[in-house]
Amino acid sequence: MSILVNKKTRLVVQGITGGEGTFHTSQMLIYGTNVVAGVTPGKGGLRYKGNEKDSFIREVPIYNTVAETVKHEGADTSIIYVPAAFAADAIMEAADSGIKLIICITEGIPVKDMVKAYEHITKRGVRLVGPNCPGVITPGEAKVGIMPAFIHKPGRVGVVSRSGTLTYESVWQLTERGIGQSTCVGIGGDPIIGTRFIDAIQLFNEDEKTDAIIMIGEIGGSAEEEAAAYIKKNVKKPVVGFIAGRTAPPGRRMGHAGAIISGGKGTAKEKMEAMRAAGIYVCDSPAELGETMKIALAKKYKATSTIKPKKKPVKKTDSVKKPVKKK
Amino acid sequence: MKIHEYQGKEILRKYGVAVPRGKVAFSVDEAVSAAKELGGNVWVVKAQIHAGGRGKGGGVKVAKSIDEVKQYASQILGMQLVTHQTGPEGKKVKRLLIEEGANIAKEMYVCVLLDRARSMNVVMVSTEGGMEIEKVAEETPEKIIKEHVDPSVGFQAFQARKLAFALGLSGDAFKNAVKFLTALYKAYEATDASLFEINPLVITKEGNVLALDAKVNFDDNALYRHPEYAELRDLDEEEPLEIEASKSNLNYIKLDGNVGCMVNGAGLAMATMDIIKLAGGEPANFLDVGGGANATTVANGFKIILADKNVKAILINIFGGIVRCDRVANGVVEAAKVVDVKIPIVVRLAGTNADIAADILKNSGMSFLVAENLSDAAEKVTSALAA
Repeated sequence: MSILVNKKTRLVVQGITGGEGTFHTSQMLIYGTNVVAGVTPGKGGLRYKGNEKDSFIREVPIYNTVAETVKHEGADTSIIYVPAAFAADAIMEAADSGIKLIICITEGIPVKDMVKAYEHITKRGVRLVGPNCPGVITPGEAKVGIMPAFIHKPGRVGVVSRSGTLTYESVWQLTERGIGQSTCVGIGGDPIIGTRFIDAIQLFNEDEKTDAIIMIGEIGGSAEEEAAAYIKKNVKKPVVGFIAGRTAPPGRRMGHAGAIISGGKGTAKEKMEAMRAAGIYVCDSPAELGETMKIALAKKYKATSTIKPKKKPVKKTDSVKKPVKKK
Repeated sequence: MKIHEYQGKEILRKYGVAVPRGKVAFSVDEAVSAAKELGGNVWVVKAQIHAGGRGKGGGVKVAKSIDEVKQYASQILGMQLVTHQTGPEGKKVKRLLIEEGANIAKEMYVCVLLDRARSMNVVMVSTEGGMEIEKVAEETPEKIIKEHVDPSVGFQAFQARKLAFALGLSGDAFKNAVKFLTALYKAYEATDASLFEINPLVITKEGNVLALDAKVNFDDNALYRHPEYAELRDLDEEEPLEIEASKSNLNYIKLDGNVGCMVNGAGLAMATMDIIKLAGGEPANFLDVGGGANATTVANGFKIILADKNVKAILINIFGGIVRCDRVANGVVEAAKVVDVKIPIVVRLAGTNADIAADILKNSGMSFLVAENLSDAAEKVTSALAA
């Protein structure tokens, strides 16, 4: 089943003729993603083949508006590669056109624009992932984003993260250990994002094909604490977590617009404590994510060959460091 | 982006927010003539640096005569002002704000900012002016009153009235506070600000409402819409190495540690700093080289990191997704030749073509410490520091 995107996804690329749009559309097509259309205002009616360097494996029809792609191609999901100054407008256009899931890759959208776009999509019940994110991938089915395809492997661990390369790092650690992923969601590093940890974790929790979850947070805001409270109450699947930025100084923006400790709030320590209290396996080092997940999975589902969650949750906090039982 | 108090007040004044009359001065002579021009018999001499807590550090003085203005101006200008936000070495004062004195009856607090949890702006007031708002929030949270702003209609008059009543105001002070808050929010929206903090907001004995201090920050992502604010950037307030790095499009933040690092991606960069700490070092910087880690960016990164004399080792951590590791490796080798690095360099490249990259580094004839994975990288940093 996986979450958010799969083989049935009908994807429209907003900004398909731009540099980023061209390159990543070719990558998504190669992966097998069902790209049904592109949008570039003023270029409607053309068919896009990419450029010499990044050519598409099949042509993609271009439309002037997202509404036309919904009407003529049945698009239900959109990915946005539009420059920052126009990205909030692109989000609102997609939401207004009947798109159900919008994934916005664009970095650097002004907060004032995002406040409006967030309000707009929320009123219409449309889901947004990002902005300033690597996108969403369901390995083996659909890649809707800019992540490198080869590091992923189909499987049963859900990954949700605020950061791009740190997500790749954790996914790679899983794949190297033979642990596949159900879906990986980059929720983005901005102060205003559509889908938050709590939303993605809820989806993973309800997804029958996800057995465990990795959440990778960072300093700034309180989304990790909110998710931890939700996990404590609702999630029986093992959750492995990490927070980047323990050594980040307060008051400085660490690359991501949302990664800032302000007024003493949003520190890694606070977040890690909240997560530990919720029974999450919290890693001190990002190098331990894959191995910790291996341990967590072994503890939870050890003897069973067909994986089925037990009814009773296992206590998790105290025993992360125990060595794995060799089978 | 941060700006100085006097610049923030000038902007607020344009939007009809009441602020005391004042003038900026870069020298003692300018301070004296500013005071004469303003007239009256009480002036405030205020150090202009990008940090709070200036009063406690001795950077704000009330002068009762022109002679005192001169005396305080010469004391404060050029001083190394230390506050809880400047670090122990302090900040050199190069600009002063000379302001008319206000007849203060009450000190209060107001700020406008984004509430991240609700993805909308919020206007917050408190009767506890002049204090650190974080402290108020912790000790007496009931003394902070908030009004969230519905983005589709904006800040409404009834919200301004609610806040003014919550501050216990009446009569002229109430009317002026409503006007003040309305104008303040309008300015926040119009300028693409990311923070307005007025602390203290003062009610004068005459019933006027004034911004006695003004902390104004702008959303960096929206500066392209306001080139006039981008010009207010004061390079004296920034770390020289960070200015240098920004010229090469490197996202660099200087820290106090002994291990430099160069990473692609902000999250991985923060995580790499954490690893350095776990390995027994202290991160000397945050540096995100972004998606295009090539010979030029790596060379520029080396130069910036090595300019910091505390750095005893460098950790390069690149996860090659779209970026190919062999290209990064070639970049590292070329850059190391050009820049002549004399301290240990631990290189960890993972992802696309990582094996080819490892060979390139090993066969380069240079003494890179090639790490297999993150934990190995950490161990190599530890041993490099011990050596």
